Amino acid sequence: MSARPSLFSRLPDKLGVLIAALVAVGTMLPLALLRANRIVPGEALPIWQALPAFQAGILIVALLICVIASIWLRVPGLRLGGAIGGVAILLVLMGQAGGYLTPAGNDLARVSPAAGFWLLLFALSLTVTDALAKMKLRPIWRILGVLLAGVGLLLLLGSGQWDDLSVLREYQVRSAAFWREAERHLLLAFGSLSAAVLIGVPLGVACFRVPRLKSAVLNLLNIVQTVPSIAVFGLLIAPLAWIAATIPGAARIGVSGIGAAPAMVALFAYSLLPVVSNTVIGLENVPGRIRDAAFGMGMTRRQAFMAVEVPLAFPVILTGIRIVLVQNIGLATIAGLIGGGGFGVFVFQGMGQTATDLILLGALPTVILATASAVLLDAVVEISESSATRTMRA
Amino acid sequence: MIELQSLTKIYDGVTVVDDVSLTINSGEIATIVGTSGSGKTTLLRMINRLVQPSSGRILIDGEETSSIPAYELRRRIGYAIQGHGLFPHRSVGRNIGTVPRLLGWKQARIAARVDELLDLFGLEPGEFRDRMPHELSGGQQQRVGVARALAAGPNILLMDEPFGALDPIIRAKAQDDLLAIQRRIGTTIVLVTHDMNEAISLGHNIAVMDQGRLLQFAPPADIIARPGTPFVEALIGSEDRPFRMLALQRVRDLIEKGPASGPAIDAWANARAAYAELLWSGREAAPVQEGGAPVGRITRAALQSQAEKPV
Ligand SMILES: Nc1ncnc2c1ncn2[C@@H]1O[C@H](COP(=O)(O)OP(=O)(O)OP(=O)(O)O)[C@@H](O)[C@H]1O
Ligand SMILES: [Mg+2]
Repeated sequence: MSARPSLFSRLPDKLGVLIAALVAVGTMLPLALLRANRIVPGEALPIWQALPAFQAGILIVALLICVIASIWLRVPGLRLGGAIGGVAILLVLMGQAGGYLTPAGNDLARVSPAAGFWLLLFALSLTVTDALAKMKLRPIWRILGVLLAGVGLLLLLGSGQWDDLSVLREYQVRSAAFWREAERHLLLAFGSLSAAVLIGVPLGVACFRVPRLKSAVLNLLNIVQTVPSIAVFGLLIAPLAWIAATIPGAARIGVSGIGAAPAMVALFAYSLLPVVSNTVIGLENVPGRIRDAAFGMGMTRRQAFMAVEVPLAFPVILTGIRIVLVQNIGLATIAGLIGGGGFGVFVFQGMGQTATDLILLGALPTVILATASAVLLDAVVEISESSATRTMRA
Repeated sequence: MIELQSLTKIYDGVTVVDDVSLTINSGEIATIVGTSGSGKTTLLRMINRLVQPSSGRILIDGEETSSIPAYELRRRIGYAIQGHGLFPHRSVGRNIGTVPRLLGWKQARIAARVDELLDLFGLEPGEFRDRMPHELSGGQQQRVGVARALAAGPNILLMDEPFGALDPIIRAKAQDDLLAIQRRIGTTIVLVTHDMNEAISLGHNIAVMDQGRLLQFAPPADIIARPGTPFVEALIGSEDRPFRMLALQRVRDLIEKGPASGPAIDAWANARAAYAELLWSGREAAPVQEGGAPVGRITRAALQSQAEKPV
């Protein structure tokens, strides 16, 4: 056994073993699904049937390298590089499978990623997240990473690699609608967030100043937060989903009297609690001795508020905004149900037509947007609290 | 001159400061001692109105403090808060410049003042000016807290255990520095401390507090020689009394003529240090010098007579 320090650890990494198991199962499961058209059941194909022999070989070798790296490789940077390489190869070859499996000149046949692809993607992403967590990257690098991942995704889609896959087939026939709904989705998420910040932060400050107001407002918002999950979801969504499922096209024309405005109101109501309560908590967490120092130096109420309380509460308020943004990007999907537009339109149309590809066309961008904003805002929160709160908590 | 007249503070029915009256002359230092929770901080904070008295009056130079806006009053009174209370999101320089900025000083004047104060407290300006408070040791933070209180050159300085986190050597130096500053600018200082030695060596007068009441307010020698209550006596400590009396005297006032051998003692040293030196070196007397020139001798007998209870 070699005595010098090596890149490899002698003991297998526990998470690495789990990932290896996932990859092994993922390799066995079908990589792609080939169907004669978008709604009939299809034929599930494993890697060696979904790809030409040479490319199948590349994919299997790449996966093997990733498994070995995640079990024995000790340096997180190398594990990260390996896993990112694995993801890239998997994504590109998935696109290749699309071209390979689609019969020439057949516009109806659909090739879509199957269970094996998703499991492999999940396993590799797990390696990426684990390596990133171990590397404890500075926020600025995390922001850069998200931007790079975005560029990578654009390159993949722009290069036409995935054009033969079912999700993009769905996109190609409704690209105008896709961008319209994308714009609507962002408008819903960010619009309701802005309104919640504009109203919630001042309301939070008022609650902090007036304890009686605080308990009243927070109780009310807590009720708002829970009622819709029972009432709106139960009373509104179920029948609307039923209509969308039974009457084709019903969701698309929209139910009269329901649209973007009520969706906006609902999202806004959901957003208020995190913004208000984080504002209150942020201000309450400013240590008494620091507030005393501010007044003791001769600051007026206003000066102490602007120069001391706001900067020290800012990271906590920002955390509230992060919660709301991620939550709203997800919740805005529901707007599709009540004619409010957004990516939810595709999800519910897809559910109505049992067209999985269409559901994915709505769900994937939502998930990607939510994940990206979570990582970005976490990084910004960390930057904002760097020096301010470290001593405060100590 | 600061006059406290019948000051009382009641929190939820509990009297934490009970009918305290005392007068602090301009340019003098008053130290406040007492057990934890005896109301020292509360008394101090009533002077700059961070705590609103339940009853009683505070006059500064004859003017009632409640007659001017609190923030204006506070800008004229330096305040070194217990446990420093630096603003964690602002650099050392910006912390120190807080009050000058509130008073609308020009940038250049503030910058010069900050550097001057950092120098004064033994913190190299180039190195410390732009540091954040969490990048300082506890002792350095405390010194910055005191520097911040002094920034606008206030006539009155309130200090709440300003040297608590300092080691004995730095603490002695900080005390000397404070005395030097105080003599130079003639600031009136009210200083809260747990340390009896500090109270004695810094204070022109010592206020002893217990359970919100002022037990005695008198010069150190009186407090040591004639403790007003058993509590004050206990606080002085009976075994330390003679040495505390000695510590109040300078060798210079006890010089006599005559021969003595061995290393000389400085005329400005305090009598306790001289007595310790004589005991330790086994001498009955030692030569005294001032500015390098011999000026006479100091004897054990002379020192011992100073350590006796005054009549
Ligand atoms: N804002 C307040 N509300 C209620 N009680 C208070 C408040 N501030 C102080 N007290 C109480 O008043 C008493 C005196 O407090 P104070 O801080 O003046 O004591 P202290 O002599 O400075 O003590 P220490 O030496 O520990 O700093 C304590 O019993 C304290 O609990
Ligand atoms: Mg105190």
